[in-house]
Amino acid sequence: MLTLLGVATVVVGFAVRLNPLLVVTIAAFVTGLAAGLTPVEVLEAFGKAFNENRFVTAAYLVLPVIGVVERAGLQERARSLIGRFKGVSVGPFLIGYLAFRQLTSALGLTSIAGHAQSVRPMVAPMAEGAVEARTGELSDQTCQDTRAMASATDNIGLFFGEDIFIAIGSILLMVGFLATSGIAIEPLHLSMWAIPTALAAFVLHAGRLLLFDRKLRRSAGA
Amino acid sequence: MIKLSAVYALSGLVFAAFAVLSAMDANNRKRFGNAAFWGLVAVSYLAGDRLGDLGNGVLVLGLAAVAGFGLLGRGQPATTSPEERKALAERFGEKLFIPALTLPVVVAFGVLVLKPLEFGGAHLLDPKQATPLSLALAAVIAVGVALILLRQPLISPLQEGRRLMDTVGWAALLPQMLAALGAIFALAGVGQVIGDLVTTWIPMDARLTAVAVYCLGMAGFTIIMGNAFAAFPVMTAGIGLPILIHKFGGDPAVVASIGMLSGFCGTLMTPLAANFNLVPAALLELPDRYAVIKKQIPTALPLLIVNVVLMYVLAFR
Repeated sequence: MLTLLGVATVVVGFAVRLNPLLVVTIAAFVTGLAAGLTPVEVLEAFGKAFNENRFVTAAYLVLPVIGVVERAGLQERARSLIGRFKGVSVGPFLIGYLAFRQLTSALGLTSIAGHAQSVRPMVAPMAEGAVEARTGELSDQTCQDTRAMASATDNIGLFFGEDIFIAIGSILLMVGFLATSGIAIEPLHLSMWAIPTALAAFVLHAGRLLLFDRKLRRSAGA
Repeated sequence: MIKLSAVYALSGLVFAAFAVLSAMDANNRKRFGNAAFWGLVAVSYLAGDRLGDLGNGVLVLGLAAVAGFGLLGRGQPATTSPEERKALAERFGEKLFIPALTLPVVVAFGVLVLKPLEFGGAHLLDPKQATPLSLALAAVIAVGVALILLRQPLISPLQEGRRLMDTVGWAALLPQMLAALGAIFALAGVGQVIGDLVTTWIPMDARLTAVAVYCLGMAGFTIIMGNAFAAFPVMTAGIGLPILIHKFGGDPAVVASIGMLSGFCGTLMTPLAANFNLVPAALLELPDRYAVIKKQIPTALPLLIVNVVLMYVLAFR
């Protein structure tokens, strides 16, 4: 039971908005010490796991090219481009992106889009441009809401698309786990049963995007 | 065979450049904090395998200290002004999209074409690491395309990359730190303790209750651990297998698949899934760290309920 103190550390630390890197480090020590490890053993285990997970941070290699195209005006271009298509409102635009992200993820192409390489340089500015074209100058709050919605849409598209692809990590984990429990299962069956939830996610989030769009237009009209 | 170590070497060099450029940035009051932080990351990539476990542990403490004591500032590399950008956007037009779209094209090429490629039985790319390798390759090619097409200064990829890296700041390392914390949790058996708590205290005699406990448990556990992969073995060993599959005869494929997706609903709602939820808020310069999560909760909660219903209906046909 004492080992749960580490979980509590994380919850409290995040809630009071201490620096998360510090919170995570403290939580690692609390958990390890509660489990009977010495401080040095905790530090070694933490360092080892950090080193083994370096691939996570390597994703920032896309930042240089994104920075260069931003320097040359990509965000501005993305913003004005969408304004020229008067018929495209923010709701349908983000629904299109949601569908694109779900379908490509379902084909295993999870890394062709993402927050750094597509949302920041293109999708978010286009979404803002689409709102702007309808309602004029954006307030800070509207800007932030629109950007956050663009990011949320990327995540939802990714999560509820990738499990339809048979060779994605989560499917392999499930196949492996069930195999050790004596249940042989085809990856294809697991991915097939991800489809109903994927459809539900699309319908639910698309509905929310339409409501979001309508709300922005109402508040602009008022 | 090209392995992940190539990506690490490249990452190390890029972060080392960020560190050096940070140290030379007189406009950043905390420039040495930034230099230390990105410098430690560079050391991790270039020498992580030679530092030993304890050495890596000390390195992580260094990162946490620089971030935790507020020593990180935001670099101010010389860049174009908003007016200049508008003018450049007019001049370059749709050409501006080409470097950014080079990324997905090369990644897709890497995953679909290069990954299966073999020369005399040896793979060109390490098949297990094809995605990160393709992404790194795409990043390099796209920088080349951008420099040639848009005629930007040669140093600009590193300076602009550093500008964006400083925008993300300490949050950039949070996903990797949380992954390491996950390993400590596993070592201490945290998952097992929580799994036992759930199965001991909640009666699951009725099929619907059991389905609900499994799905909500997957989501709740993912919120605590930040990762559905950590929740899946615990919840499935505790509830999915013994109760849903063995006792009630549920279809294992449906139970596992929808169970995992219930966990993904949890991922949408937790700050511990930092790379999906906190890093984007930093990248998009949102003042509220939790702005993205707040936008996701109203989709995630109803979807979780849909998952309970779907599993109840589909697993016991």
